Parts: sequence; C-alpha cells; structure tokens
Amino acid sequence: MNIKTMETLQKEVTSTPETKTFIEVTGSVALLEGLIAEGTDVIFGYPGGAIMPIYDAIYDYKDKLQHILVRHEQGGIHAGQGYARSSGKVGVVFATSGPGATNLVTGLADAQIDSTPLVCITGQVFAHLLGTDAFQETDVINITTPVTKWNYQVTDAKEIPSVLAKAFYIARTGRPGPVLIDITKNAQMQLFNYEGYVPCNHIRSYRPKPNIRKEYIVEAAKLINEAKKPFILFGQGVLLGKAEKEFKAFVEKSGIPAAWTILGAGAIPTDHELNVGMLGMHGNYGPNVLTNECDVLIAIGMRFDDRVTGRLDKYAKQAKLVHLDIDPAEIDKNVKSTVPVWGDCKDTLPLLTELVDEKKHTDWLAKFREYTKAEVDAVIHKELNPTSGELTMGEVINQLNILTKGEAIIVSDVGQHQMVACRYAKFNNTRSNITSGGLGTMGFGLPAAIGAKYGAPDKTVVAVIGDGGFQMTLQELGTIMQFGADVKIMILNNRFLGMVRQWQELFNQKRYSFVDITSPDFVKLAESYYIAGKRVSERDDLVSSLNEMLNHKGSYLLEVMVTKENNVFPMVPQGCSVSEIRLK
Amino acid sequence: MSTEHNKQEFTITVYTENQIGLLNRIAIIFSRRKINIESLNVSPSEIEHIHRFNILIHEAEDVVRKLARQIEKQIEVLKVYYNTNEDIIWQEMALYKVPTEEIAEKVLVERLLREHGARVVVIRKDYTVFETTGHREETDKLIEVLQPHGLIEFVRSARVAIIKDSEGFNAKLREFEREEPGQDVIENEYLDKGEKVFTM
Repeated sequence: MNIKTMETLQKEVTSTPETKTFIEVTGSVALLEGLIAEGTDVIFGYPGGAIMPIYDAIYDYKDKLQHILVRHEQGGIHAGQGYARSSGKVGVVFATSGPGATNLVTGLADAQIDSTPLVCITGQVFAHLLGTDAFQETDVINITTPVTKWNYQVTDAKEIPSVLAKAFYIARTGRPGPVLIDITKNAQMQLFNYEGYVPCNHIRSYRPKPNIRKEYIVEAAKLINEAKKPFILFGQGVLLGKAEKEFKAFVEKSGIPAAWTILGAGAIPTDHELNVGMLGMHGNYGPNVLTNECDVLIAIGMRFDDRVTGRLDKYAKQAKLVHLDIDPAEIDKNVKSTVPVWGDCKDTLPLLTELVDEKKHTDWLAKFREYTKAEVDAVIHKELNPTSGELTMGEVINQLNILTKGEAIIVSDVGQHQMVACRYAKFNNTRSNITSGGLGTMGFGLPAAIGAKYGAPDKTVVAVIGDGGFQMTLQELGTIMQFGADVKIMILNNRFLGMVRQWQELFNQKRYSFVDITSPDFVKLAESYYIAGKRVSERDDLVSSLNEMLNHKGSYLLEVMVTKENNVFPMVPQGCSVSEIRLK
Repeated sequence: MSTEHNKQEFTITVYTENQIGLLNRIAIIFSRRKINIESLNVSPSEIEHIHRFNILIHEAEDVVRKLARQIEKQIEVLKVYYNTNEDIIWQEMALYKVPTEEIAEKVLVERLLREHGARVVVIRKDYTVFETTGHREETDKLIEVLQPHGLIEFVRSARVAIIKDSEGFNAKLREFEREEPGQDVIENEYLDKGEKVFTM
C-alpha cells in the first residue's frame, strides 16, 4: 500500500477543483499527525508485524518525529518514562502486538504507581482475527487494565484522532498516568476522511481536578497558624503540578520545616534552609523521628506509601493532618486527614499561602538540626568521607555532587545505590531525581536515563546503577551506541544484590541466599558497544575518573568498585514505627 | 484492618459510560483486594448510553468507602454511591423449574403460590416454571419447599436496588456535561453529607 505524507496529500487535495474540508489518509498517518499536534518530538519504540503500517508511515515523518529504536520494549517504555519525568511532557512509546505489548507491562505498572504521563501505542492483529489466538495476538487491553489510567482498543481508523486526543488529555491531566491505545492492523491501514486533529479538553465522566473548597483552605490555615510544631511532607505532586514556585512561597512564608519523599526530591533545592531531608525507610533521622513529635502534618502531593510511614498504627498519631492532593482516592487512604484540601496544589498552595502567618519556627527547626548532627556523626560523615578501606557508595555520590554542583539529573536504578543516591545527591533543580519509586523496578535506570537525556538535552544526565540492575536492561547500551544519547553511566559495583543482602544480614542471620552476583567486564562490554569506559577502585583515582566521565564528549561508562558489605543506614525496619529508626 | 464483626452488606451503585472493558476495570478493584462480589447487576439506566451497576459486597464501611473512591477514579465512571440495606429498596428475582406431574399431584400449588408470592411463568407437560421476587431469604424459602418435589433447575438474578434518598441521575448528568459543573454535583459533595451518601 502506498502511504503518503500529509504534505503530499495536501498538495494533491488543493490541486483538485472542488474544495474539501477533509483529506483521505490512513489511520497510521492520522496517528502521526495527532502526535505532532500534541507536541511529540521523540518516540521510543520497536517495530513488529502488527505495527508495520505505522512504521511504514513514520518513514515519511523522519524530519518531524524522531524515533529512537530501543533494544527491548521494556527499555522503550522506561525511556518514555525518563523523558516524561525530565521534561514534564507526555512520553510516547510504540510496540507491536503480543510479546511487544507484554514487554511494556513492567513499565506501565511503574508509570501507573509513579503517576508518569505516557501514551503507549501498541499494534494489534487484524480486527477479524481478535480472539482467534492469531500469531502474536495477546489480550493487551485486559492485561494492561490494572496498570493503566485508561486504555482503549481501536478497530476503526476513524476513531484514531479522537481517541489519541483523549489519551493525551487523560495521561497529562489530573493525577497523570500511563494510557495505552491498542490499534488493530486494519485500522492502521484503513483510509478514511481525516478532518484534522482536535485536542480534547473535556470528558464528561472524568474530573481531572476536584473543585477547591475555600472553607477547607481556611480550616487548614487555621490549623497551621495555631501549630507549634508543624511539619511539611512533600511528594511528586508538587513536580507534577508544576507548582515548585508556589510550594517554595508557602514553605518560606510559613517557615515550616519540609521533608520529601524520594519522588518529591528537588521540588525545593536540597540546600534550602527549610529542606530538612528525606522521609522513609532509608530517609533522614530527624524527619522520621519528628514525624511522631510534630503537632500538625501538612502533606502535599504525597500518598503515605508504606515505605514512608513504616508501621501505620504508630504513625503520627499525635498530629493533626492537612492533606493536599489532587486525587480524592488518596485522601484518608492510609492516614486519616483532619482537613482534606482536595485540588491541584498549584491552585491550592497560593490560597493557603495567603492565609498562613509569616513565621519562623526557630526552636522546632533547631530540633531537626540536632537530629541531622546525630545522623552526620553516626552515619553520614564516615559514609561520605572514609579515609581507608574500599570506596563507599556515599563518597562517590558526594564527589559527583561536588563536580556537578548539584546541577545534574541523577537517574537511579533500584537498591542500595538508589537509596544512597537519593540521600546524598544534591538537587538544585526540579525534575533532577529520576528513579523508580513505587514499583522499585530494577533495570529502570539505564533506559530511563536515555529518555531523560532526550527530555532534557541541555542537562548532564548521570545514571547511577548497581551491578544487578544494570544486567537487567544492559541491552540498551545498543540504543546509546546507535543514537548517541550522551548518558554518563556510573555502575556502583559491590558484587552483591546489595539491598537483599543487607536484609539477609540484618534479619535472616546472614544467610546470603542468591545475592552473590557475578558480572561481566562492564568496561569491555561498553567498549564492544563503542562506548568509552573505565573502572576505578582506588580512592585516589575517584575524582579524576569522575571528571573524565563528566568531561567526556558523549556517553561514558564508569564502573566504580565499592565496598562489598556496606549497609544503608538509617533504616526503619519493616513493621517498625518511624520513631524506631536505626542508625546502625 | 476491618474485622469480621464490622462487616455488613453494602450495595454499591455505579453510573458509567457504556464502554467495553469497564466491567473488568471495576471488577479488578475488588479482586485485587481479594474481596468477593456477592452479586452484580449491570444494565442500561434510565438515561441513554449511561449504564448502572449494582454491586453487592460484604465489607466494612471504611473499606467500602475506599473502594468507592477507586471506582469513581476510573475515567468512564460518572458517579458512585454506596448504601447499607437500610438505605435502599432492593429485590432479587428467582426462577424455579419443577416437574409438572409431581407439582400438580403432590403439592398444593395454589397455597404455595400464595404463600410465596410466586407466579407461574410456563406450564408444560413435563415441567412448570415458577417465578418469585424478593429478598434472598424469601427466594431461598421457596427452594426449600420445592426441593423435596424434584426441583430441576433454579436461577436467581443479581440484586437490583433503588436508593431511598436518591433524586436520580438525570439532573446530575446535565451538570457533568458542562465543562464547569456546579459545586453541588461534584467531588466534595461527600464532605457535606459525611457518612450518609458517598460521592466525590
């Protein structure tokens, strides 16, 4: 079949005597036109039989849509996530039917739990073959229903423009999330009268933002103004709402100490005087302990994940809770709120800021500083500044901070190195901490870093990955090789699946069960992909190696050999209260 | 955690768009939490293209409230209510197939029909079909009576329920269709009515 680009078609149309308000195009062309209209500039994808008509169409769109051929669909969707997280735009992913589509599932689940806006397009067998166990047919809609914000199967090309518009609207509005459109091959090929692309801005059954109720803002402000020991917990909602400025204004006027969930990192700079650190299982000492001492908790765009709360029945029982969230289902889900402030925090925060008193909670803030000092003495100092023994993960991140001045985007994988990176990396800017938070997807790091680079081409992107997680998606080195994403890959190699090993050490009497993992020669591996690389194990060589990596033109792989049996502390052991956090 | 003693029957009423796959999207909200759906009825509502689900579950109210919020979060769901048995009028319909010979000869058909508010739907030489409508206990009772007389087949519908307090959905839907709906129909309505009616 001869698929033509829109431009050729338009020329043909205008040259015909009678004027038409539509042009005849294939479903595939309509799809690509829609993507362009939505501002898509890069697509991460992998072709296959059932999505071939779309790939045939994209052949003529190479100047308008950049397509990055990944090495595995999981890599494609994680790249889409990285792109969405660094750019604040919707990530777009293509995959074929059957195995192509099922390979997206991990990324969809990850994007769903971390509220990442994605539009995934999967090819599907011809409509007349649906349900016949056709070659590469899977029931993608039903497989992906639990892990998508919305999904839809298109069997008729005429539906493509409106369904795509709906998909983008749903993916990026309200609490964002992944959307999947499954398009049967006949619909991709079908010619229809295309009347242009109309973006969607209303679906009658979907309310992206709850209405703001002023009386609750007033009540919340009253609680906050009366509080002696108020404490702010902020999450990714601030980033997703693009409300960093509004958030900073609120924090600075109210003078309330603020701590972050790992996905909220960077909403205000790490070094901000009211930023008291990280929440959660491996978060900072003060924020965890003082959660159980504050009198008013102000939770902003965070969802009280179990890794943040520890044991729920001993979590902040003394405190009143003001919960700001855009998703009504999050209110009272895990922790009962005293005043629910439903709405987009970009809208609710300024209203609240207006009503809160300008204050400085000097004594209360000093309490956080005391805990910080205790944590520095017990944990941080020796982690960041060891003078003997093998390298620690903490000192690597610390040196990286010094060299990048907190300006880099840090993409981490999952495990000990992730906790260390989140704890010690400095984030001057929003959207600089990209990690798999809710799902904890090992293998996320490398492809997400590739996507993050496309989403923020002017930033230095450093992927911090463990030796285990790297081996889960290392095939994406091929994507870097072919398309040249300038990603600095830093493997922190402790020759263990470190986080599981840590738990086995602490809770399973050091019965190290299948956590001893061997690795290939990562530097040689990089070399075989024509990626420069180096291995470093000596303290004296660390800074120069990091410099070499950062100054290298193009992608670079630095393997850092770190101490084998180091533990991440502090730690709130599972089933314990946040105030039972251990320093060792 | 909800304990067995604070569990009770809740009827969840869901107004949705008529969309393929939505049944699964709603069903997995329960199955994911290992909650059994005791009965499920889906049918077109009084408004064209809008469907009404009646879902019966046995759960604690705090769990039901969270479930209702998760259901309402689905894109094609317009509105969710949950109600205890006191808040609703409900019925289930049942059909009973029995051998005509047996039933005509040995059972006092007339008394049986009167006592159970049943009616005969079909009479054939070989079998007769009775129908009755009521609460679970009522339809159960007729099984007990007919079982000794060679009950061949039995089927019962899902619960359908009308909410005592509800003013219907017609007016609400018009509000939904507006881009800026009035305050009274959306989200925070729940906050006003508290425990009585769930809505977001």
